[in-house]
Amino acid sequence: MTLVTAAAPLKRTPLHSLHLALGAKMVPFAGYEMPVQYPSGILNEHLHTRSQAGLFDVSHMGQLRLVGGDPVKALEALVPGDLLALASWRMRYTLLLSEAGGILDDLMATRLEDGLVLVVNAARKEADLAHLRARLDRSTTVELLEDQALLALQGPAAATVLSDFCEGIARLGFMTATETTLAGCKCLVTRSGYTGEDGFEISLPADGAAAVAEMLLARPEVRPIGLGARDSLRLEAGLCLYGHDIDETTTPIEAALAWAIGKRRCAEGGFPGASVVLRQLAEGAARTRVGIQPDGRAPAREDTPILNAAGATIGRLTSGGFGPSVGAPIAMGYVDRRHAAAGTPLALLVRGTARPARVVRLPFVQHRYHRG
Amino acid sequence: MSTLRFTRDHEWVRLDGDLAIVGITDYAQSQLGDVVYVELPEIGHRVKKGKEAAVVESVKAASEVYAPVSGEVAEINQMLTTEPAIVNADPMGDGWFIKLRLDDPKELDSLMDEEGYRRFIEEQP
Repeated sequence: MTLVTAAAPLKRTPLHSLHLALGAKMVPFAGYEMPVQYPSGILNEHLHTRSQAGLFDVSHMGQLRLVGGDPVKALEALVPGDLLALASWRMRYTLLLSEAGGILDDLMATRLEDGLVLVVNAARKEADLAHLRARLDRSTTVELLEDQALLALQGPAAATVLSDFCEGIARLGFMTATETTLAGCKCLVTRSGYTGEDGFEISLPADGAAAVAEMLLARPEVRPIGLGARDSLRLEAGLCLYGHDIDETTTPIEAALAWAIGKRRCAEGGFPGASVVLRQLAEGAARTRVGIQPDGRAPAREDTPILNAAGATIGRLTSGGFGPSVGAPIAMGYVDRRHAAAGTPLALLVRGTARPARVVRLPFVQHRYHRG
Repeated sequence: MSTLRFTRDHEWVRLDGDLAIVGITDYAQSQLGDVVYVELPEIGHRVKKGKEAAVVESVKAASEVYAPVSGEVAEINQMLTTEPAIVNADPMGDGWFIKLRLDDPKELDSLMDEEGYRRFIEEQP
């Protein structure tokens, strides 16, 4: 007799009905049913985001609140970033590290007056919650904000659009947060994102999400964008996707994320894996994450072997696909550090054939973060 | 009478004189999404019915195009190299992939006709 276990039903975000009404093609992602694209397609959604404004439902991601005790000091003990210097209403990209210096998750930490709000990857939120609860100082509590939605409005028109609903929002600094009201809902808005464009992320109660989304989508500049374009946008921006470009087997140095290690933390240590990380910082790591561009038109995807001129395997791709704004295939992967210099010729083994490629500097598309 | 035939893998084949033109169907292109790259076989290459003849890639994934019939590649659609999006725009016409010199015209008989294919895709989940 064979026992067939029914798969757990997929979770839904507060915008599920809206996605269906917009004609989204839904797919499973991190235990959620998410829109991979809408009728216009991934290419159009991607290009639209870089030319006007795209609205993304990222409510599947984990939003965590740390309060009590000294939350900033407590979290700092688990990450390599300088959080003590983070002012209220400012945010920082950082990493949860393991004792071996591997990356448990990458996240955004926003300092509020009474604590911190973290945005973590959907696939890692349960693991992160357990990790934080086990490792944070006892006086600090962690709460997963289950009834909170998260929207991202990204693109050169994002600030203009949001200004119509929130006067002065265009002046919000990059990596800064503010509280405001949209469609009658209290929101925490940050100037940040995952596309390389100017944009905002809007955290708000789940029951207000559809109204805010519809309000923004009513603007001609704004179109709904699915996970397919979210992935091609972040790849062009040279941003890591957890579980692919970074994971527990990659250190921040190998991942070319040394900039996330605070200067003071380099001197003081005091974070998990510090001995490994600081040694690699001093001596270099054996392998490193680089951008790779195939010379031809054939895309090369995750797990593609990377070969040197002699045909020996020197690494593998961790992300790869077609870059709509670049108009060509693009990829990221890890190579032996001797092959990491920009311009280094490589080959990618695709369908049994070695295809010429070369190491290129990231990002593939220049970031256009608000620096005003 | 139309010699347009379809496979269960959503390829179509149509006789044009002594050559068989092969492409993917409208259903296939809509499932694939935006086509960004097509890899075609060399002229003279031999394909076997049911075996891989070409590769078509969307933004998200690569898919194999299987030969609906056996034969020798006589022509390839060079336009797909520079304009892969034609596969989405006109999958049954200008988006053709290859033209084959057929080994055995009887191989067409076991393929679905237009009505049969229409019913087949209605049954797709």
